[in-house]
Amino acid sequence: MRMTLADMYNTPDERNLLDTMKQGIIGKPLDRPEGPLKVTGTATYSAEYKLDGCVEGVLVLADIPQGTVSTIHRDDVVAMPGVLAVLADEAMVRRSTQGTSGKAPAQDVQTVDYFAQPVALVVAETFEQAREAALALKIEYEGAGNPVPFDPESADAEVETPSDSKPVKGGDLEQAMRDAAFAIDVDYDTPGHASAAMEPHATIAEWQDDRLILRGSYQMLAFNVKEIADCLSISPKKVRIIAPYVGGGFGSKLGITHEAVAAAIAAKELGRPVRVVMTRQQVFQTVMRRSETRQRVRLAADAAGKLIGLGHEALVSNLPDEDFAEPVTQATEFLYGGENRLLKVEVARICRMTAGSVRAPGEAVGMQVLEAAMDELAEKAGLDPVELRKRNLPAKVPVEGTPYSSRMLVEALEQGAAQLGWDRRKPSPCQTREGDWWIGMGVASAARVNVMIPAEARVTLNADGTALVETDQTDIGTGTYAILGQIAGEMLGLPISKVRVVLGDTSLPAGAGSGGSFGAISTGSAVMRACEAIRKKLGKKLGCEGDALEITDGMASHGEKQCSLIDLLDGEDMAEIGSIKPGKTFKDFSQASYGAFFAEVGVHAFTGEVRVRRMTGAFGFGRVLNAKTARSQCLGGMVWGIGSALTEELAFDMRDGHLVNHDLAEYHVPVHADVPALDVILLEERDAAASPLQAKGVGELGICGAAGAIANAVYNACGVRVRSFPLTLDKIIPHLPDPFVSPA
Amino acid sequence: MKAFALDHATSAQGAIHALQHGGTVIAGGTNLVDLMKLQIAAPDRVISIRRTELGEMALDGEGLRIGALVTNADCAADMRVREHWPLLAKAILAGASPQLRNRATTGGNLCQRTRCGYFYDTTQACNKRDPGAGCAARSGFNRIHAVLGTSDSCIATYPGDMAVAMLALDAVVLTEGPSGPREIPIAAFHRMPGDDPSRDNVLEAGELITAVRLPAPTGGIQLYRKVRDRASYAFALVSVAVDVTMDQGRIARCALAFGSLGTVPWRDPAVEQVLIGEEPSAALFAKAANVLLKDAKGLGANDFKIPLAARALAATLNEATQAGKA
Ligand SMILES: Cc1cc2nc3c(=O)[nH]c(=O)nc-3n(C[C@H](O)[C@H](O)[C@H](O)COP(=O)(O)OP(=O)(O)OC[C@H]3O[C@@H](n4cnc5c(N)ncnc54)[C@H](O)[C@@H]3O)c2cc1C
Ligand code: SF4
Repeated sequence: MRMTLADMYNTPDERNLLDTMKQGIIGKPLDRPEGPLKVTGTATYSAEYKLDGCVEGVLVLADIPQGTVSTIHRDDVVAMPGVLAVLADEAMVRRSTQGTSGKAPAQDVQTVDYFAQPVALVVAETFEQAREAALALKIEYEGAGNPVPFDPESADAEVETPSDSKPVKGGDLEQAMRDAAFAIDVDYDTPGHASAAMEPHATIAEWQDDRLILRGSYQMLAFNVKEIADCLSISPKKVRIIAPYVGGGFGSKLGITHEAVAAAIAAKELGRPVRVVMTRQQVFQTVMRRSETRQRVRLAADAAGKLIGLGHEALVSNLPDEDFAEPVTQATEFLYGGENRLLKVEVARICRMTAGSVRAPGEAVGMQVLEAAMDELAEKAGLDPVELRKRNLPAKVPVEGTPYSSRMLVEALEQGAAQLGWDRRKPSPCQTREGDWWIGMGVASAARVNVMIPAEARVTLNADGTALVETDQTDIGTGTYAILGQIAGEMLGLPISKVRVVLGDTSLPAGAGSGGSFGAISTGSAVMRACEAIRKKLGKKLGCEGDALEITDGMASHGEKQCSLIDLLDGEDMAEIGSIKPGKTFKDFSQASYGAFFAEVGVHAFTGEVRVRRMTGAFGFGRVLNAKTARSQCLGGMVWGIGSALTEELAFDMRDGHLVNHDLAEYHVPVHADVPALDVILLEERDAAASPLQAKGVGELGICGAAGAIANAVYNACGVRVRSFPLTLDKIIPHLPDPFVSPA
Repeated sequence: MKAFALDHATSAQGAIHALQHGGTVIAGGTNLVDLMKLQIAAPDRVISIRRTELGEMALDGEGLRIGALVTNADCAADMRVREHWPLLAKAILAGASPQLRNRATTGGNLCQRTRCGYFYDTTQACNKRDPGAGCAARSGFNRIHAVLGTSDSCIATYPGDMAVAMLALDAVVLTEGPSGPREIPIAAFHRMPGDDPSRDNVLEAGELITAVRLPAPTGGIQLYRKVRDRASYAFALVSVAVDVTMDQGRIARCALAFGSLGTVPWRDPAVEQVLIGEEPSAALFAKAANVLLKDAKGLGANDFKIPLAARALAATLNEATQAGKA
């Protein structure tokens, strides 16, 4: 179906249709329909399909940081048992594809851009044979003529203003800093992060004549089809991707990665299906990283603690020629006041794997630093940190003057504070000691932009009174199956048991894909609109407008008239495609989801270990489509916040740029013992500008600022302000007070 | 992974006999299989001891004999261990995860290899993996590396927990091999790297650990304190095993061992001498730490281990001596 102008979301849909529906399942904490399959191991993930004649490919990674492949000693390896091919095709990709690019990333694996870049693929009958051969493959290189540095802080690193990020300037920040009653000027840094999704990147490629079928683990299939087609110089129409279950992506599967292209090429060459699964280490070494950042925050406040100036400048990094630059200041643009401002991001060109989107690009690291700096300002101004935030919420976006579509930040701050017992917080550090532990509390705001991506979905109301929802939208573990079913069930007046949702196949209408917290509102709106079209037809049959139709449990009514859907349909299925595209409402309003984090931590007085003891998040993100899956997203985000605050850090060796901690043993994501019982408060909100659903994105909100609350709690506990994330104990112990001296 | 032959020995004697023809022992496989996947270990022949009698635990006149095949989970759960050698149970439970402890064995745990990232990364120079290649960790990212017992050729720690407790408890490693049975005090079991870091311990080719013997219980206050980057499922940055007996407010007897601080589980009698006979105090702990760390050398990223060890020592002794007084 072609998109028409009518699909554009130009004016807020104030009808708020979902609230007028009668089925009563929208928002309910329904279980995910695919949950039992997943926990019993019967949901088939991409690497698990059994295809006749399928052989195994293993990627070979460069053991130099930069240079050119001169010789591949294929012959030694081809003679090994089971080995079928050694490929270094020029169509193979050397970088990960940026999300929504829809194009091939840098190809030609002869050129090595970064340490551990894939340079070849070895295919064998069995995985073990392929792996042994891949380890045995000898490759010779020529050095790089003009090497790029490994360290973004190196004097040799070229620093650019990224093409798609223009600085925000207003008034005179320097003057505001001089005029301020209270001013903060601080440098923070955050390390690189890995997505560390549970399911590694994996693809099985199969050719049927000139048609390519990929079973793989990707987030945005409509884009991925174009990307793989561009890599192989074939028509996107010849590509089908099947990805009904995706074991997490967090940005690392937005675009096509190395294994998919290599598998497709090998399958063509061998005339057999080829499976390529990256090892855990390879995932760490080759897919998108989140850039490390250095951030300077300047806050200038008047005597009442109101911001008159705000500066947020960041240095991030990426490989040369990559457009993506971690948009660190994205939420700073609209969160707080201060008309005198300077926000900008610069990118240093360095030699490490591609930097790209990792869950909540921008806000994840930008908010935690801004919120830590706000804590410093609160202390300086002698204000409660909650109060400081409340005083600084502008009526309109500074400089731009755009109104907010909705913002429940004050409510989040108040409810979160009540939940954690913020009134028990001591205003100054080192006041509470329990045994060997200093105890403290911290707060941070949460904010994450709301994004819509063009999406389509088909809904079929079957003659038997059941409904089918179909789109290529992926469910990356977030609950998409559940919420799309709930939207259709609510709109069509069907219990959830009568709605089936089929996802993750590009032979279906193109959904938005998963990423940027946009999947639910974009594809959900398309589902809603398809249902509206069906309701219109049903209304006609019953003799009324679609909106006036009441349907409950398959029984349609209008006034006195009543008729079951089965009778109305009279043996005919009714299918409609709904679609939506972001339009003027995204220009007319500043759209974001908001919230607040409250954390209580313990800091060990001797060893500086930090443990989160309690944590509350309160969030407003428009309509809650499913209270269980939304809560789970918030919980997961807060767990990421704990990792970002305390443990997660990509460690690079500055001599060759290789990643030292390239597995889950040494890249420390939080484990159960690091995560206390977390409280999540979901605020009821409706936002007509954000989507016809009245919903905004929630998938990433729970991380955006969370680490700041923890860092602030650490300061409140023990008086140590660490301006370098993560707050590992080595950074804390030099500044701890004497552990043997208890508070007065 | 290279293809290999797997043989099951059905007795310790059978395993020792099989080993005379070469081959590598596998117990739980939680370390060896990882090494084989990366081809850091590439044995042609693997001899499993899982069907042997080495999984028994027995109390005798000399103490507790823990068979080499006793799993970490079983050992930590054993009532005798929990009552009389609680330090060992605590140390084991501080390690790895329940799944791993169900699989990991006493002998395998003693022989686990370092977690040095350069050792596991075959693109990097490593003397332990490839003698003479050099040590990439020395001037690399060495945050988890040792500050005691290092050499120019290697700075890797022995990373485990169980052996640290055993060291404080004066355990003895019982082995059998081509030259007959041996009783190796655990303090002499692990090797400092010197100029041959490829050998982590003193086992000879074909020699099998049959058991570990714990001597009679000391009756002291026993604590194991593992300091690490996250609350669980991480190797120690520094760990401290303490077994202390108090008498009239003074330290009457004391054993102190440290993990992830040195290249081997670390115990220094001079530190204990500083403590014995003294009243516990912050100043005393600092004095003991100074003796412990007088030769400690950081290489940059691991410098913090020196003050951290002093602090962990103080925290643990403080807690143990307070408990001992009560
Ligand atoms: C993710 C992860 C986390 C971990 N965390 C920790 C931790 O926090 N603390 C900790 O202490 N450990 C930790 N470990 C290590 C774990 O304790 C060891 O892998 C385990 O104890 C090894 O025992 P195994 O029986 O599986 O040994 P195997 O893997 O079977 O063998 C290891 C080595 O010992 C040799 N060997 C085995 N038995 C004998 C014997 N009887 N005689 C002679 N040689 C023998 C083998 O030949 C091999 O070289 C962790 C491991 C993993 C994978
Ligand atoms: S420290 Fe030891 S194990 Fe690590 S790289 Fe150096 S030699 Fe190898």
